[in-house]
Amino acid sequence: MSADSSLSKVTVNPAVDGSELIRFDKVTKRFGANTVLDALDFTVSSGKHVTLIGPSGSGKTTILRLLMTLARPDEGTIRVGGEYLTHEERGGRLVPAGEKHVREVRKNIGMVFQQFNLFPNMKVMRNITEAPVHVLGLSADEAEERARGLLELVGLTEHADKFPTQLSGGQQQRVAIARALAMRPQVLLLDEVTSALDPELVAGVLDVLRDIARTTDITMLCVTHEMNFARDISDDVLMFDAGRVIESGPPEKIFNDPDQERTRQFLSAVL
Amino acid sequence: MNDWSWDYVGDIMPKLLDGLWVTVQATLLGSVAAFALGLVWAIALRSPSRWVTWPVGALVEFVRNTPLLVQLFFLFFVLPGWGLSFGPLTTGVIGLGLHYSTYTAEVYRAGIDAVPRGQWEAATALSLPRGRTWVAVILPQAFRRVVPALGNYVIAMFKDTPMLSAITVGDMLFQANSIGATTFDYMEPITVVGVLFIVISYPTSVLLRVLERRLVR
Repeated sequence: MSADSSLSKVTVNPAVDGSELIRFDKVTKRFGANTVLDALDFTVSSGKHVTLIGPSGSGKTTILRLLMTLARPDEGTIRVGGEYLTHEERGGRLVPAGEKHVREVRKNIGMVFQQFNLFPNMKVMRNITEAPVHVLGLSADEAEERARGLLELVGLTEHADKFPTQLSGGQQQRVAIARALAMRPQVLLLDEVTSALDPELVAGVLDVLRDIARTTDITMLCVTHEMNFARDISDDVLMFDAGRVIESGPPEKIFNDPDQERTRQFLSAVL
Repeated sequence: MNDWSWDYVGDIMPKLLDGLWVTVQATLLGSVAAFALGLVWAIALRSPSRWVTWPVGALVEFVRNTPLLVQLFFLFFVLPGWGLSFGPLTTGVIGLGLHYSTYTAEVYRAGIDAVPRGQWEAATALSLPRGRTWVAVILPQAFRRVVPALGNYVIAMFKDTPMLSAITVGDMLFQANSIGATTFDYMEPITVVGVLFIVISYPTSVLLRVLERRLVR
């Protein structure tokens, strides 16, 4: 990877002090009669890389979607950097937040999707500069400079003027990573980012993410089925089952000597 | 039965071509109106507020389910009584545009629905403002999908323009009719009008099919 040389130019996360960055308090999410998250409590400290593992349907992706405000919790509150995400304090009471408040808090969060979701009508460069220009108010030049740095980081400098459909899945996903980082979020959400890739393209994407995890202090929240990757980059692993965290700890502990029988079962099935 | 006379055709051609120019103007201006209004309806119908979707939905259904000719008569003969009057061509363009906007709205809706949900989610994840999401992300992708269908409505509208002759717009049919009324010989003028229609609409539809193959891959 040519990533290391360019990282000095790329400021990803401005302020890290190891304090609590994300906090879920008694968050419940239901889809119809199905309770996906059940009064979930958990916190993530600033700068940590946290991986969520567990069987499908255990609510891992829902956590990321709630943080990205792609879904709203039915009960409970979510705080990011001390600010309520979907609520506002008004007259000492918590009320559902207005669009403006949500937008402000959400700016601290970026997300990479399983299906990339690049904008097919824009070239790679504009995919990355669109939001910095129209959300952060950067000039076109500033945004392009930032984008070039990020394209170097993900190893795609020569593809700036291509359309996403001209790239492989792995390349598209790396563009999506660059696009998310261009907003300089404090938190990066990674939702099964290699699940839609051909097996031979997975390594390139994971290498980029390893580099980012190692060399920046961005907080990562990651849902993945790549257990080796999870073991590599995670400070903490949270094991989910039926909408609850049943066990959490450093990867060595969770992968080698889990306390819960359910965790043991799950890992023996996927490893 | 009269014999076909090419001399007669030559004599009436200038008038019919004048009519053709009016027909083309009505079609093009009507299309612009239909494309713009239809987009307004399509976006309004996606509003989260029932105060927007209900009246717009009712208007669209009403216009789509009543005949164009009745609407033209209403615009041309009834509205002036309420102090709103326009020239024949302007009235015709408003009528065609409004009527066809209820169809283009449906085309846009389908085109917008066909943009994957992930595009909206990516825009949200980047905090793109709603207006910017529409303009930069959703509509450019929707347009590619709707161009062929919109083109078909332009051709349909083109073929509906003779109705404007009923509100005294000097289109091709109006000219042919007035020629026939003075010469009592309708065969040539009406036939030439038919030929002019097919000479324009058939190549246009072929062109559209080519465009469709290019845009929708």
